Amino acid sequence: MSHVVSPIREKLVTGGKSYSDVTHDICKQVEGEPTKEWKIAFGISVLVFMYGAYCLFYTWWQGIGVWGLNKTVGWAWDITNFVWWVGIGHAGTLISAVLLLFRQKWRTSINRSAEAMTIFAVLCAASFILAHMGRPWLAHWALPLPNAFGSLWVNFNSPLVWDVFAISTYLSVSLLFWYMGLVPDLATIRDRATTAGRKFWYGFFSLGWTGSSKTWARYEYMSLILAGISTPLVLSVHTIVSMDFATSVIPGWHTTIFPPYFVAGAIFSGFAMVQTLLLITRVVFKLEDYITIEHIEMMNIVITVTGSVVGIAYLTEFFIAWYSGVEYESYAFINRATGPYWWAYWMMMTCNVISPQLFWSKAIRTNLMVSFFLSIVVNVGMWFERFVIIVTSLHRDYLPSSWAMFSPTMYDIGDYIFSFGLFFTLFFLFAKYLPVVNMAEVKSVMKGVSTEFTIKRIKPTKKTEE
Amino acid sequence: MSSTTNYILGVYDDEDEVLHAVGEVKAKGIKVEDVYSPFPIHGLDVAVGHERTRLPIAAFMFGTLGMICAFSLISYTMVFDWPMIIGGKDFFALPNWIPIAFEGTVLFTAFGLVSTFCISNDLWPGNKTLPLDIRTTDDKFVMAINLDKNKVSADDIKKALKESGAIEVNVK
Repeated sequence: MSHVVSPIREKLVTGGKSYSDVTHDICKQVEGEPTKEWKIAFGISVLVFMYGAYCLFYTWWQGIGVWGLNKTVGWAWDITNFVWWVGIGHAGTLISAVLLLFRQKWRTSINRSAEAMTIFAVLCAASFILAHMGRPWLAHWALPLPNAFGSLWVNFNSPLVWDVFAISTYLSVSLLFWYMGLVPDLATIRDRATTAGRKFWYGFFSLGWTGSSKTWARYEYMSLILAGISTPLVLSVHTIVSMDFATSVIPGWHTTIFPPYFVAGAIFSGFAMVQTLLLITRVVFKLEDYITIEHIEMMNIVITVTGSVVGIAYLTEFFIAWYSGVEYESYAFINRATGPYWWAYWMMMTCNVISPQLFWSKAIRTNLMVSFFLSIVVNVGMWFERFVIIVTSLHRDYLPSSWAMFSPTMYDIGDYIFSFGLFFTLFFLFAKYLPVVNMAEVKSVMKGVSTEFTIKRIKPTKKTEE
Repeated sequence: MSSTTNYILGVYDDEDEVLHAVGEVKAKGIKVEDVYSPFPIHGLDVAVGHERTRLPIAAFMFGTLGMICAFSLISYTMVFDWPMIIGGKDFFALPNWIPIAFEGTVLFTAFGLVSTFCISNDLWPGNKTLPLDIRTTDDKFVMAINLDKNKVSADDIKKALKESGAIEVNVK
């Protein structure tokens, strides 16, 4: 049963769709042959992935000496890319969990692909954790396992260990949440299946779902609890990532504003990435009736809000650097804006603080081309934010004799390219083989948000008090 | 579902209608086994007469277990098994343990909850059970009435279903 929706609300499902149309529209790309566009896009992603895989293999084979790191700048692209990808991942959980708790109906058309994006983004982030270890085959040393060195344990007081737990919990819980959301839709595909292969595989993963009222009632409780625990989880993940920096004593890192500032930045970049992907997906899969201008506008509003939070955080950092009277802190910030990496700083300021303010104009935030362009600008800006925080804080060491600059090698760049290859390869596989829109949830909110069903509601029903 | 069970299925094409129909059919003294739908319908479980789920209790207990496990592991390793002075902190550095204890709580809650959900609904990978009417995963709402559990005659049940707005009545 749907809630009453104010008639002044924009419709979330247009085109007068019936429940059956929803099933048909979403299932058709799963059931049909891959289109030419999909094959080309997937082919390019695989090539990019293979090039990146070569660079990553070479990094592991030779050691991280192939990166442009030096004694002063001992952390650069690896950790920048890690934080960037984890941040991007946050939007999916935010859309599916936080918007579920707030009963925002517009989440239903976009939560599936946003959650998929979360999982793939966290996998990309994890690839940099492994890469920057240098000896990835010893990655299990980060876990509290009994070992051959006497029982020497991991240091539970270290934010880096917190990070291991946060990222692995986040990945597994997101995967679980996403999969449980998929089960009813997999059952739909199973029941429509015309080939034995599809019947078997979708049947296998749909767990014998029948959609009885008892199962649905429990399912809704389960989703609500998962959303309830995912919300603090997603906030904890980027909080802990920010503590990797904030608990150190490096000027420019050692600030208490980091956790909220990183979380806002994460949501900001994540929504931008969801926007980029959705604007492509809705055109390629002809989902304009499900991912409407209304959705795009909502996303842009969230981008503006979080972008403004990030902007205020930048200004607060500057103010505190001056107000604290700590000369190292003041120097770190003046050096960011006017030192050798000034261009990265101003790139970040322009992309993250100024560009999202354009969305105050309704004409801009409902324009698809501009939204697409700005969503990419935001992610460029957010990458530079992490680069600025990490590299400019490190490159001026305490002693001027150890001052240095960082420039990436082809393997720094190649490993970054790897993550794009991985991300898009996985995303295209997802878009072809799984329903990109949560059919069950869209159907559950159709009355009231769809053009057809509103008309039907106004008519008096044939049920009378007989 | 055993093949010997006799079901009468009322097929509806609107969620408000099926919810209303459950009440009407039950008012005639007919026991409704279950209703199958493509998406959750609020209030339907209550209308059919299912008890409120105890999943939240399970979730809370799994969460508590997760927190206890995380705290136990950390205090065993950091205080008893191999204590080390790190940054001049106490061995028992409780505030530093909160992040991992929290992650442990969430991890155990999520996996415990989903496992409990799957077990209680008999959902498992490879389960070949299909809905009584496969259109219920598309756009139809089906009210299933188990003949063996009802004293009302099949014809009366069919009539009641028709009257409540069913577009088809099938026997399975």
